[in-house]
Amino acid sequence: MPDDLAPYDTPQHRDETAVAGMWLFLASEVLLFGGLFLVVLVYSHTRRAGWIMGVRHTNLIIGSINTLLLLTSSAMYTLAVVAARAGRARRIIAPALGAAGLGVAFLGLKSWEWHLEFSEHLFPGAGFSISGPDAGGAQLFYSFYFLSTALHGLHMLVGIGLILWVCYRMARRRGQPVPVIPVEVVGLYWSFVDLVWILLFPVLYLVGRV
Amino acid sequence: MSMAPMADSANGYLWQDGTLRSWLLTTDHKRIALLYMASITAFFILGGVGAALIRLQLLVPAGAILSDETYSRMFTLHGVVMVWLFLVPSIPVTLGNFLVPLMLGARDLAFPRLNLLSWYLFVMAGMLVVYGLFRGGLETGWTFYTPLSTDYTQGHVLPVVAGVFLSGFSSIATGVNFIISIHQLRAPGMTWYRLPLMLWALYATSVIFVLATPVLSITLVLLAFEHFFHVGVFDPALGGDPLLFQHLFWFYSHPAVYIMILPGMGVISEVVSTFCHKPVFGYRFVAWSSISIASIGFLVWGHHMFVAGTSLYAAVVFSMLSFLVSVPSAIKVFNWLGTMHGGAIRLDAPMLYAMGFIGLFTVGGLTGLFLASLASDVHLTQTYFVVAHFHYIMVGGMVSAYFAGLHYWWPKITGRMYPEMWGRTAAGLLFFGFNLTFFPQFLLGYEGMPRRYATYPAQFQVLNVLSSAGASILALAYILPLVYFAWSLLRGARASDNPWQATGLEWRTSSPPPTENFAHVPVVNHDAYDYAALDQANRAASQEPPHA
Ligand code: HEM
Ligand SMILES: [Cu+2]
Repeated sequence: MPDDLAPYDTPQHRDETAVAGMWLFLASEVLLFGGLFLVVLVYSHTRRAGWIMGVRHTNLIIGSINTLLLLTSSAMYTLAVVAARAGRARRIIAPALGAAGLGVAFLGLKSWEWHLEFSEHLFPGAGFSISGPDAGGAQLFYSFYFLSTALHGLHMLVGIGLILWVCYRMARRRGQPVPVIPVEVVGLYWSFVDLVWILLFPVLYLVGRV
Repeated sequence: MSMAPMADSANGYLWQDGTLRSWLLTTDHKRIALLYMASITAFFILGGVGAALIRLQLLVPAGAILSDETYSRMFTLHGVVMVWLFLVPSIPVTLGNFLVPLMLGARDLAFPRLNLLSWYLFVMAGMLVVYGLFRGGLETGWTFYTPLSTDYTQGHVLPVVAGVFLSGFSSIATGVNFIISIHQLRAPGMTWYRLPLMLWALYATSVIFVLATPVLSITLVLLAFEHFFHVGVFDPALGGDPLLFQHLFWFYSHPAVYIMILPGMGVISEVVSTFCHKPVFGYRFVAWSSISIASIGFLVWGHHMFVAGTSLYAAVVFSMLSFLVSVPSAIKVFNWLGTMHGGAIRLDAPMLYAMGFIGLFTVGGLTGLFLASLASDVHLTQTYFVVAHFHYIMVGGMVSAYFAGLHYWWPKITGRMYPEMWGRTAAGLLFFGFNLTFFPQFLLGYEGMPRRYATYPAQFQVLNVLSSAGASILALAYILPLVYFAWSLLRGARASDNPWQATGLEWRTSSPPPTENFAHVPVVNHDAYDYAALDQANRAASQEPPHA
């Protein structure tokens, strides 16, 4: 009885299973970032003064623009999901590409920000530029800053890759019925990446700034 | 339901297409199970060589063969390979992979390609770890404590940690696959309370895979980041907190010790029921105890840090919770004994292994309570008592369960019987060798011999020699099955579809099963261990004339 649907009973069964799998994977991702946020919770209390010094050195303007970019990107991708649900293949590719483009812009700005920080010697280690009694806490902050933005950036890269893969599939399958599920599943992932940033933004740029 | 006719084994999944390519690109859960089995067997042997060298070293008080530094690297090799590359994956990825779809009455796992990917991730992880170890290894122990692992180590931390990190993703993939399969792919009539207890155990294990492993992943990333860039994360010189590493590490690794026992408990439930030909006593209690072990297991990590400088109040709470987590384990033991009570027990090799498991696990669990009590732990921590405690559970328990499962499902996996006499011999040797190896270590620990030292005072020699002697018997008990399993694969007697008269769906298909598992989707209309229905079907089958 081998058929291409196996191990599922119906296409709908297969789709449900894929969506459930993505949700469960995201639960796992929550705990990945959860470990990082535990570090924040601890050090922003035990090394409060230095931690806040670190926060004050981040670039609020770039951070805010990036937040705007990413929220817009997520919203745009939602348009692609809506189009997929309505079965309109043509309307999927443009917003999806837009979402990926905004993601690339985010990463571009982020790299520029990193570049500025490197040249100001804010990377923790021997040449760290913040000094004084609380410099240790500031270093801990910047360790967290670079690690969390790198990890988030990596997730963005994966997300952008997935979106491009969806676009490629849609372009190749012109004229056939629209497979909704890949669009939805990638949308879940992209929203998650967005959500992580919504938590990272206040932690890195806002809390303790004023 | 009529039994499927005994198929020619050439039609089974095993021999159908013998090319290397067909194996390396397979998405058949049964073949992936065997790929995993080959890999973890290799790691088991590597870890075993490490153990042998450790026991050789400790034959004499001054240390027989290794320098202090090499000794540290050797127990690290042993621990890293055994925990991360053998025990954590062991039963889930081999027997679990093979059985989950069969027990559910499904064609495959929910995500067959993800399953293959998880094996490749695991192999890459293993190669990274082995590369690091063969370049010279590291001296941190399997726990990678900072600041030794970050700032002071002379060893090859990065490849090893990267390998363990990668193997985590393979665990997560397996966990996601199992959970979703159990939710989505149950055959018609297979309600939750009709699931074999093995599936409840694997479900609970998968929850830990999915929710605890990522915390280990991020912890290892932080560790590698600090080690590689020489920046502060856990470094006390910068106000960082090494205890934070321990919290994060044990938040994963205590639940992970349940990864290393729950699947074994699942196997034992199946084996005990089959060989007593009785339903498991208190099915729902056993099922839910798996879930409660997995949940409470997330709340007890602090018992590894009683003397590390945590607050007394935290320690008291962690101590009480640790007592609590032993309750569901005890429930399982009582229920197995309740199942055996008054049963006509057949003492085939799987059952001998299972009975060994119950005894050894009980000793391991009870000594856990000594360690969970604050006052006695101050004396016992960092001694051989701890080493004996976890070996009783992980080796006496889990590895015995793995062998019980291998023997029990071997006819289904290969279509051949193993030689029963040799199986019983190996099971007996294992029980004897194990106790001789590890019981003296309880005494050593109680008398104060610290763990992880290359030398020891002369007064401890007798017990150490006993332990090393036991280890050589244990080694024999592990090598024997390798030999007769290999023999049976080619020469063993053909297995019937249901040689043990067991009730699970996996026994309703041929041995070995066809690639698509079942000729017809099975329909389930009774409980997991309904032997009355099985006996009735057998009687009916023997009365009606055999069909051609
Ligand atoms: C009855 C439940 C259990 C209790 C109350 C318990 C308690 C403990 C405690 C308090 C320690 C810390 C000892 C110390 O370092 O001073 C410990 C260590 C350990 N336990 Fe258990 N345990 C239990 C079950 C298990 C199980 C099921 C496993 C494995 C399958 C396990 C594996 C370990 C390991 C590997 C260590 C040592 C970790 C290390 O420092 O290298 N335990 N246990
Ligand atoms: Cu523990």
